[in-house]
Amino acid sequence: MVPLSWYIVLSAVMFSIGVFGFLARRNLLIIFISIELMLNSVNISLVAFSHYLQSMRGQILVFFVITVAAAEAAIGLAILIAYYKHNPTIKVDEINLLKG
Amino acid sequence: MPGTYIPSDYLPVAIIIIFAALVGLGAVVAGILVRPRRPYAQKLYAYESGNPPVGEPRQKFSVKFYIIAMLFVVFDVEAVFLYPWAVAYDKLGIFGFVEMMLFIFILLIGYVYVWKKGAFEWE
Amino acid sequence: MEMEATISLLDMRLLVPELTLICVGLILMLLDLVVRKKELIAAVGIAGTLVAMYGTYKLYGFYNPQAAFAGMFVVDGYSNFFKLIFYLNIILTICISLKYMAIEKASFGEYYALLMFSSTGMMIMASAADLIILYLGLELMALSTYILAGFMRNQPRSNEAALKYFFLGAFSSAFLLYGISLTYGLTGTTNLKGIAEALSTLSIMDNPITYLGLIFIIVAFGFKIALVPFHMWAPDVYEGSPTSITAFMSVGPKAAGFAVLGRVLFDAFAGMQVQWAAILVPIAVLTMATGSIIALAQTNIKRMLAYSSIAHAGYMLLGIIAGTHDGLTSTVNYLMIYLFMNIGAFAIVIMLRREGVQGENLDDYMGLSKSHPLASALMLIFMFSLAGIPPTAGFVGKFYVFMEAINAGYVYMALIAVVFSAISAFFYLRVVMYMYMKDPVKEVELTTSPSMSIALAVTAMMVLIFGIFPSILLNLVRLSILG
Repeated sequence: MVPLSWYIVLSAVMFSIGVFGFLARRNLLIIFISIELMLNSVNISLVAFSHYLQSMRGQILVFFVITVAAAEAAIGLAILIAYYKHNPTIKVDEINLLKG
Repeated sequence: MPGTYIPSDYLPVAIIIIFAALVGLGAVVAGILVRPRRPYAQKLYAYESGNPPVGEPRQKFSVKFYIIAMLFVVFDVEAVFLYPWAVAYDKLGIFGFVEMMLFIFILLIGYVYVWKKGAFEWE
Repeated sequence: MEMEATISLLDMRLLVPELTLICVGLILMLLDLVVRKKELIAAVGIAGTLVAMYGTYKLYGFYNPQAAFAGMFVVDGYSNFFKLIFYLNIILTICISLKYMAIEKASFGEYYALLMFSSTGMMIMASAADLIILYLGLELMALSTYILAGFMRNQPRSNEAALKYFFLGAFSSAFLLYGISLTYGLTGTTNLKGIAEALSTLSIMDNPITYLGLIFIIVAFGFKIALVPFHMWAPDVYEGSPTSITAFMSVGPKAAGFAVLGRVLFDAFAGMQVQWAAILVPIAVLTMATGSIIALAQTNIKRMLAYSSIAHAGYMLLGIIAGTHDGLTSTVNYLMIYLFMNIGAFAIVIMLRREGVQGENLDDYMGLSKSHPLASALMLIFMFSLAGIPPTAGFVGKFYVFMEAINAGYVYMALIAVVFSAISAFFYLRVVMYMYMKDPVKEVELTTSPSMSIALAVTAMMVLIFGIFPSILLNLVRLSILG
C-alpha cells in the first residue's frame, strides 16, 4: 500500500516544477505546459485525498479540472495564434509592447 | 480497504508495461549490435539519394489544423461527463436526465455556431 | 462515508437568473449568425439582463437565504446584492461599448454573448457555497474575460493584453486549485460550512498545511482582484484591452473576487480570522502604496486608471480585514460606488477615442473644458469621486471603509489609507487641472451616442445621489448582508 504522503509529495514536487517552469522558462509553449503540469499535480493530490478520505468530492473536482483545462488550452492556443499573426515570436522577452 | 487492491489488480498492467519496455529496448539494442556501421557524410543528408533539401524543414501549418484540434479537444473532453452519468443513470433519475440534456443542448449550440462560422470547411 | 445528498429538479429554480443569462448568451451567439445590426443584439442583451435582474429581485425574495444542490449553491442577500452589481456592470458596459467597438472595427455579436457568460460566472462565484462550484464559476468568468481582453484581434496591443491576462490568470487558478486540494485533504470536504466545522472539530487551525491552503486561496484571488504583489498583469492588460472591457474587468471580476473572498474567509475560515487578517494587512498596505504612487508617473489615462483600480482594491480590502460583518458591508458598499464612478470615468475615456485618434493620453485632455464643458464637468465629478472628495459617492465609500477599519481596531491601517488617498488625489486632480487650467493644443472631437449619454447620465447621477444621500445605498447593503 502506497502511503498518502507519497502522493502528496509527488504532487507538491510536480507543482513546484510547474511553478519553476512558469517563472523561469522563456518559451510561451513551455510556460503553457508548465501550467498544465501544475493542474495535473493538483489532480494527483485530489485523487489521492479522495481515495484516502473515501469521499467522492475530490474525484468530481478532478473531472471538472480536466474539462476546464481542455477549454483553457483551446482558448489559450487561440489567443497565442492570434498574437503570433502579428508578432511571430513566442519568446517572453520579446513581448513588450505594453509597459510602463 | 483503501489502497490494498492496487498491487493485485494492477499487476497485469505492470507486467505488460515492463514487457513492452523490454521488447522496445531489446529491438533497439539488437539493432545496434547486429547492424554494420559505416558512417559517411552522405548519410547525414535529409534525403540520402534524392535532391538536396531546399529551405527550412519546418513548414508553417495551416491555421485550420489548430482550429480542428481545438474543437476536437473541447468536444472530446466533454464526453468525460457522459460516462459517469451513464453509469449512475438509474440513481440520478429525471434530474440527471434533464441536466445532461441541458448540457448537451449547450454543446449543440456551440456546434451549430462553429458550423455556421465555417470552421469545418477546409477550403 | 459522506451522506448521500439528494438533489432534485426543484433545485434548478434557484438557478433561474443564471440560466436566463446563459440562454441570452446562447441566443446572442445564434442571433449574430443571422442579424447584421449590432444594436439589435445589444438591445436583446440588455433586455435579457433585465429579465434576469427581475428574477433575482422577485422570484424568491431578495434577502431570503436559500440553499440548493445539497448546500453547494446559496442564494441570499449577499449574493443577490453582488448579482445586482454584475447586472448593472453588463448593462453599463453594453451602453458604453456600442459605438466604441464599431470604431475599433471589432463589432461582433460574440462580444455581447461573452459579456453574458462572463457575468454568469461571476454570479455563480457570488452564490458558491462549495469550493467546486466556486472554481467553476471562476473559470467561466475568467475564460470569457480572456477572450474579451483580446477582442480587437487586429490590434497587437489587444492580443498582447489577452496573452498576459491568460497566462497569469491560468497560473493563479492553478494556485487556487492547489489551495482547494490542501483544504479538502485536511477537512475532507469542499463545502464552506463543512470546512468551518471540520476546522474547529478536528482542531487543525494551527496546522501549517491549513495555513498553506489558506495562503494559496488568498494568493489566487489576489491575482483576480489585482492586489500587490500579484498585480503585475493589471496595468498591461487594462491598457491593451478594449476600453469598454477595461471598464468591465475593473469592476466585475474584482467584485466577484471580493464576493468569494468575503464568503470563503467569513464562512469557511471564520475561525482563522487572526491568521488571514495578518496575511491581508501587509498586502493591503502594499496595494494602496503601489497603486497610488505608480499612478503618479502615468501619462496614459487607461494605465493611470489601472493603477487607481489597484489602489481602490487596497481600500476595499480594509473592510475585509476588519473581519466584522459591518466591515464587509462597507466593502460591498464601496464596490457598488466604484462601479458607477469607474465606468463613468472610462466612458469619458471612450468618448475621446475616434477614427484615427487614440485619445488615451493626458495631453488629449488639455483644455477640454473650453470645447466640451459638459463632458469635462462629468469627468470632474468622476475624478473627484475616485479621489474621494465630498459630496461625491467616492468619499462616502472611503469614509465607511476607513470607519469600519477603525471600529475593528485597525486605526493605523485607516491612517495609512488616508495618507495614500491624499497622495492619489494628486493624479486624479491632475486630469481636472489639464481640463480646466490648460489651453487646448488641438481640436478634440467627442464620439457620442444615445446609449453613451444614458450611461453617463446614470453613472454621474448615481455618484452624486449616493454622495449626498449615502444612507440609501448603505441601508440596502446592510439589509442584504446583515439580514
